Amino acid sequence: MTVTSGSKATSSRRAAIAGREGVAGWLFTLPIIVILGLFLVVPVGMALWVSFSDWSGRGSPFSGDVSFIGFNNYQDLLGGGGLAERDFGISLRNNAWYVLLVVPLQTAVSLFLAVMVNRAILRGRGFFRTAFYFPSVTSSVAITVLWLFLFGATRAVNKLLSYLGVNGPNWFADPSGIVHNFLALFGVTSGPAVLTDNMALGVSYWDWLSGPSVAMTAFILMAIFTTSGTFMLLFIAALQNLSGETQEAAMMDGANGWQRFWRVTLPQLRPVLFTVLTLGLIGTWQVFDQIYTGTQGGPGKTTVTPAYLSYTSAFSNQEWGKGSAIAFMLFVIIVVLTLVQRWVLRERGVSRRRMRAYLPAASATNSSALAVAAVAEKKDEVR
Amino acid sequence: MQRSKKMWAALGALATITAVGLAGCSGSSFSGGSAGATQNAGSPLTVLIGSSGDAETKAVTDAVAAWSSSSGTTATVSAASDLNQQLAQGFASGKPADVFYVSTDALAGYAANGSLLAYGDKLSNKDDFYPTLVSSFTYDGTFYCAPKDFSTLGLEINTDMWAQAGLTDADIPKTWDQLSAVAAKLTTADHVGLAFSPEYARLGAFMAQAGGGLVSTNGKTATANSAANVAGLQYVKSLLASGSAKTTKDLGAGWGGEAFGKGLAAMTIEGNWIGGAMKSDYPAIKYTVAQLPAGPAGQGTLQFTNCWGIAADSQNQDAALKLVEQLTSTDQQLSFASAFGVMPSVQSAADQWKSANPTFAPFLESADFAQGVPNAKGASDVITDLNSQLESIATGDPQAILDQTQKNLEAVVGK
Repeated sequence: MTVTSGSKATSSRRAAIAGREGVAGWLFTLPIIVILGLFLVVPVGMALWVSFSDWSGRGSPFSGDVSFIGFNNYQDLLGGGGLAERDFGISLRNNAWYVLLVVPLQTAVSLFLAVMVNRAILRGRGFFRTAFYFPSVTSSVAITVLWLFLFGATRAVNKLLSYLGVNGPNWFADPSGIVHNFLALFGVTSGPAVLTDNMALGVSYWDWLSGPSVAMTAFILMAIFTTSGTFMLLFIAALQNLSGETQEAAMMDGANGWQRFWRVTLPQLRPVLFTVLTLGLIGTWQVFDQIYTGTQGGPGKTTVTPAYLSYTSAFSNQEWGKGSAIAFMLFVIIVVLTLVQRWVLRERGVSRRRMRAYLPAASATNSSALAVAAVAEKKDEVR
Repeated sequence: MQRSKKMWAALGALATITAVGLAGCSGSSFSGGSAGATQNAGSPLTVLIGSSGDAETKAVTDAVAAWSSSSGTTATVSAASDLNQQLAQGFASGKPADVFYVSTDALAGYAANGSLLAYGDKLSNKDDFYPTLVSSFTYDGTFYCAPKDFSTLGLEINTDMWAQAGLTDADIPKTWDQLSAVAAKLTTADHVGLAFSPEYARLGAFMAQAGGGLVSTNGKTATANSAANVAGLQYVKSLLASGSAKTTKDLGAGWGGEAFGKGLAAMTIEGNWIGGAMKSDYPAIKYTVAQLPAGPAGQGTLQFTNCWGIAADSQNQDAALKLVEQLTSTDQQLSFASAFGVMPSVQSAADQWKSANPTFAPFLESADFAQGVPNAKGASDVITDLNSQLESIATGDPQAILDQTQKNLEAVVGK
């Protein structure tokens, strides 16, 4: 009896404490819930509603004269056959090329810079670290203006190219795609009928494959220039976290620098690599300020991005429903691509092909390299 | 179990906040927006302008201050950094500026959603405005707002280069053939004869001279791929092919005025806004202005304009109307004209303006045959698309470009 009552008492006391703690917990988190709710959840909810409504921009989107029109806005953009669909297709084309080039390049460049700057023998490491990071802390508007000057028809970049005997393009005024331009070098100026006659989102396959325009290429270079510094910092932090012993063990096993980087360092960097790729993917799909301050979508619409298109359709054309529909489709694209990327970078056992490199049973020295690889894998799993 | 309970509690809290937030939003609209603006004769006015520069901001501020002290209604002027965005925010919140600039391409959007007060017919000086300007601000048969001022395109000629090429006043081109001829004569190794921006807002003048236009005169039908328009663009192509004309893009200039001011071209096609740029940036260039030459269908040019919009949600519409009448009065427009070089939108100011600006008189005289740009809702997108193709007009096919535009325009015009 006493035992049960005693246990009952403790449990109820525990519940009381938990209850009081719960209240306190809620009290402490309330401000952030209110703030997030008011400034994040409510606006997102409103935008979602607007994307399904015919709100025209006057008064509240919840007033009585705004009606629900289902997927009409989405339908106009995805299969309306009109200008809205074509513009959306063009913006996706532009941004897809931008992402395709910026994300791998910025990751590679930042990793390369991080490895270089992380080396103990490099003199003036601090200086280089600051120098590489500098573009990241400068406002993107300022860098865009700088870029417009550098890449002007007769400005620095073209002068530099002219010393090399190259007649530089009129960067920000050139709407021609670089893949098309490359093909034109071999005399291919129009695609086969199967590419030019078939359309997706109002843009022919041939135009989907045009590559980024010369103007967009300048923006691609700019994105790599500005973001590599930020990601370099992430990679440096990760590199400094790696234990020296693994490196030493690999060295003892006779792995050269190149092998150590690819087989030992890089696998251990996978979590950071995932972060960098994800951040890069999100950032590049949302490119807006460069376009807004730089080209306003020109030349020839080749720098229009979904984010910029969403802005202009809402604010300039009073097409609020279409504007927010574009924003939500952009959101879906980003989420899907992040999931895809997560799946690609998932943990996998060492493939048989890879395994072979570690397994020549004849050589005894390599067995510890396998151990190293196994350790690296394990470490990842622990994380 | 415990965790999911907490999660539900959190979701519940968020939902409550969302509901409260939404209720707050809709509540505010019922009092301010949909219920219609309550009129209050004493309430102050705000004026939002998309200014071209300090001169314009100061001139408008002074004019509004003068009206304010004589009428007794307080009014403040603010210059927008992004007019469209700030207007949109105002309309959505139900508390827009009372008086503001509206461009022709934004008119239809604001008029369609009821943000604009259609006060055109109440204006005491209604009949004084140029009829083409009135039609630019007429939406669905209703005259919405008073034209602020306007601009037309003309032909600017560098007089030194003109004299060097052995040309006289008698050679000022009156027809397309003459234009091609003088452009060829003016072309040297250093500069081309004629430069223009490859966009509808310049090349559309050639389409007008050929008797075309993107929409029919009543604005109800799309006529983008008419034979006249094709002929206009064909002529532009022939100019570019001859080498005596180049687009500003090919010259590495941002606009015609820059190419002209830097001496890259002996002639350009721009509006009267070029005066300010020439005075401040290229004072050494001596130039004269002529009307654009006539095409097969006679003379033609494009006109650009803004109007003074009044918000339907304004608390003091009567005072706003009086302010606009004052701002568009003959004397006030003449003083704006001398302050920042615009052309008055009222016919009664024409003679005085011409005698004050004799060199620019051709711009104002072009008003007789000027064509407005399409103002249907969505037309600005169509024109942006057209512009993106006109950038490569030198190699493009006018018929294909205009066919595409026709298809896009049919979707927005006459609905």
